[in-house]
Amino acid sequence: MDRRRFLSSGLALGCSAAASPLLAPMALASAPWDARLVVIILRGGMDGIDVIRPYGDRAFYRTRGDLSRDAVEEGADLGGFYALHPALMPLHPLWQAGEFGAMHAVSTPYRDKRSHFDGQDMLEAGTDQLPGLRIRDGWLNRMLQTVPGIESETTFAIGREDLIVTSGDAPVSRWSPDAQLSLSPQAKRLLELVYENDPLFHAASSDAIAIAEQLKIDREAEETGAEAMMNDPMMQQIRPNSGHVKVARFAANRLRGSTRVAAFSLNGWDTHFNQSNSLPRPLSQLSDTILTLKAGLGPVWDKTAVLAMTEFGRTAKQNGSGGTDHGTGGAMLFAGGAVRGGQVLGDWPGLALPDLYAGRDLMPTRDVRAGAAWAMRGLFGLDRAVIEDAIFPGLDLGPDLNLIA
Amino acid sequence: MAFTSHLAAIRFGTGLSPRIAPPASPGEMIRALTGPDRIGEAIPMPTFLTADPSLLDYKKATQARNRVRGTSQEEEARDAMRALQRRARITQRQLFMRRMARAATTDDGLRERLERFWADHFTVKSGGPASPHLVAVFANEAVRPHVAGRFPDMLRAVMTQPMMLAYLNQNRSFGPNSQRAKRRGGGLNENLARELLELHTLGVDGPYGQSDVRQLAELLTGMAFTQEEGFVYRKHFAEPGAETVLGTSYGGGDPSVDHVFAALDDLALHPATARHLSEKIARHFVSEEPSEDLIETLTAAYRGTGGDLLVVTAQLLEHPDAWTPELKKVKPPRDFMESALRALGVQAEDLTTLDRKPIDQIFAGPMQVMGQSIAGPSGPDGWEEDPAAWITPQGMAGRIGWSMKVPSRMTEMLPDPRDFVQTALGAQAGEAVTFAARAAETPAEGIGIVLSSPDFQRR
Repeated sequence: MDRRRFLSSGLALGCSAAASPLLAPMALASAPWDARLVVIILRGGMDGIDVIRPYGDRAFYRTRGDLSRDAVEEGADLGGFYALHPALMPLHPLWQAGEFGAMHAVSTPYRDKRSHFDGQDMLEAGTDQLPGLRIRDGWLNRMLQTVPGIESETTFAIGREDLIVTSGDAPVSRWSPDAQLSLSPQAKRLLELVYENDPLFHAASSDAIAIAEQLKIDREAEETGAEAMMNDPMMQQIRPNSGHVKVARFAANRLRGSTRVAAFSLNGWDTHFNQSNSLPRPLSQLSDTILTLKAGLGPVWDKTAVLAMTEFGRTAKQNGSGGTDHGTGGAMLFAGGAVRGGQVLGDWPGLALPDLYAGRDLMPTRDVRAGAAWAMRGLFGLDRAVIEDAIFPGLDLGPDLNLIA
Repeated sequence: MAFTSHLAAIRFGTGLSPRIAPPASPGEMIRALTGPDRIGEAIPMPTFLTADPSLLDYKKATQARNRVRGTSQEEEARDAMRALQRRARITQRQLFMRRMARAATTDDGLRERLERFWADHFTVKSGGPASPHLVAVFANEAVRPHVAGRFPDMLRAVMTQPMMLAYLNQNRSFGPNSQRAKRRGGGLNENLARELLELHTLGVDGPYGQSDVRQLAELLTGMAFTQEEGFVYRKHFAEPGAETVLGTSYGGGDPSVDHVFAALDDLALHPATARHLSEKIARHFVSEEPSEDLIETLTAAYRGTGGDLLVVTAQLLEHPDAWTPELKKVKPPRDFMESALRALGVQAEDLTTLDRKPIDQIFAGPMQVMGQSIAGPSGPDGWEEDPAAWITPQGMAGRIGWSMKVPSRMTEMLPDPRDFVQTALGAQAGEAVTFAARAAETPAEGIGIVLSSPDFQRR
């Protein structure tokens, strides 16, 4: 067993106070499936109409005003009806290769109050009603609960903040790339000594040190490989030390090993003001994230599906300050070698006033949970009944979206 | 098991200090609680109405923005709102550091611990960008004055504090047959009523049903607040008629806040509440699995005195379980950091004068890595009690990393680790950590190992 493999086998984290995995290295846990799922929660309400622009809709230019003046010219045409936002142009080659796509006019069952907090809670809980203030259960965790043989390293929740989508009774590892630990050999030995008689501290700190060392090895490997990566034309624009890129790199490193599911958030989508200036930033971060995942996953990218979901879409019309306000229907984006990209899924409801929800928002024509459900069914072969009863209560799965290739 | 000074400071206070003597006896701890809140006066905090910015400031800025919506002045008005939000975030951090400075320098650590405990029992969170700093204000204003008083008084204070009414949506709850609902629509919101029964008083296994929740929610209608005055009772929000909660009828006739207070008093003094709170106190301060005798002792004290928390606390300190040498609980991240600052002898001014950026780098950021956000816990049931919830790989990476780096940044000269192990742990210092402090290669690592040790992390 080489050092890398030895260390990554030491990543059995979580609540178990068993002897340190560092002291008792075992073979890699056999994950229940080989496919990989990455869920990105886009917090703030992404304007799906601006990201995947339905310029072929007769009401589009009239409704969107300044936001759409050069909808096709500055971005890329996606087959005659939709166009891609210019800030996502680095992902256009993936679209053409069938590794990036969208599902339009989707939403959670959340309606009318348009609060970020409630909307995100509902998106992550995956329920058809507001889950209340004390949510302990997210849909990804409930999915894990239905699968035997799940270990804590099967799933990683990444980042500083709580992720409801992964919370629940199934074991999930958490790690923030902000958590760094650089210890001298002597400090490590002495810590080992002071934790010796306290199993809880001993297990957690051994795992912490193992992860930190693994990260260090990853970093060194990246530095060696940095030149190669910089020569990759897709990666040239990406600043390797920005927070979102570190998160994506960490996710890719875990997913290359025994991890099968990773979840994290990207913030900054609440574009009430001057959207032509404020939306490109989070879009570039999303694009960096997806490209970093692809580069970091290597051959594993082919088995991977990335889902990017947001709590709600935004108003069809531009508001008084060059932005958009909280709305209802929006878009889910998906990427990966395992998806059937290059297409916009969903039934387009139209942007003419009578077609809008409450006279202001894009009408949702499909539950966004159906997108996640069909993706998980395609990747993991989950039962339809299990999905509808346990994972997304109240969801009608509907016709197959054929999202997974 | 009997009282020891060092254990008293560690388990029931904010830790040992090179400059402040640990408590000499349980009696001294209780006397300090009954005396003036000296550290609270030395390091003061604003109130709901005096906070900077206040919700009134924000309301005015919002109104100003609304007046110029769609005009060329709108951006300026929005900037004014954003400036208030920024100031609120800065104040949030300043108040966070003030609370930390109180804990790090007080000679009455039990008061800080009780404030933390009860503020967690009555968790509130900020619902928006205007009020992140008002969470600490809530704890100081509604909880702290009552930690050595009567629980019924504390309950009344927290239920009339605007942050609680906002967090649990009471200000949006209207009697279905109230004048407000008839004229402008809207209806009942059960959130506060449910949490009041389930979390704040009887407990989830308490003797209540859905009808009690509903009736209590109807009784609570009218409880509201304004940005100008704080708490107000609005008769036209109140559901007309009497409500029956746990078999007792309240109100009828002219709606009055006194009917609500009568129900709150009865809930506070209910035997199920006595038991629920006693068990929670025992779990928090002593052990995840407290003895039945300890719970019964506290329950009897509570019931015998009408919820006198000073007597309950005194009984806790008199009980032999309180002095079990084995440390079974773990300090949550914030308590860990402030006890470390205390052991290092950091002065209050060094904490209260920090700017936002170092506050985030040294405290708020690392604390989040350790699992605790300065915004508060994720739900109204507060922070986890179970040590295993905190001592995770990421949590430990955060704790060890902080222990190794921050002490050199917060002190002019690090103490000698061989002395520090005594300063920080006193009679609680185990052999392994005493040896490790001596064997470390550098002072920073020695201090870091002492602070990361279970001897220091537990209490």
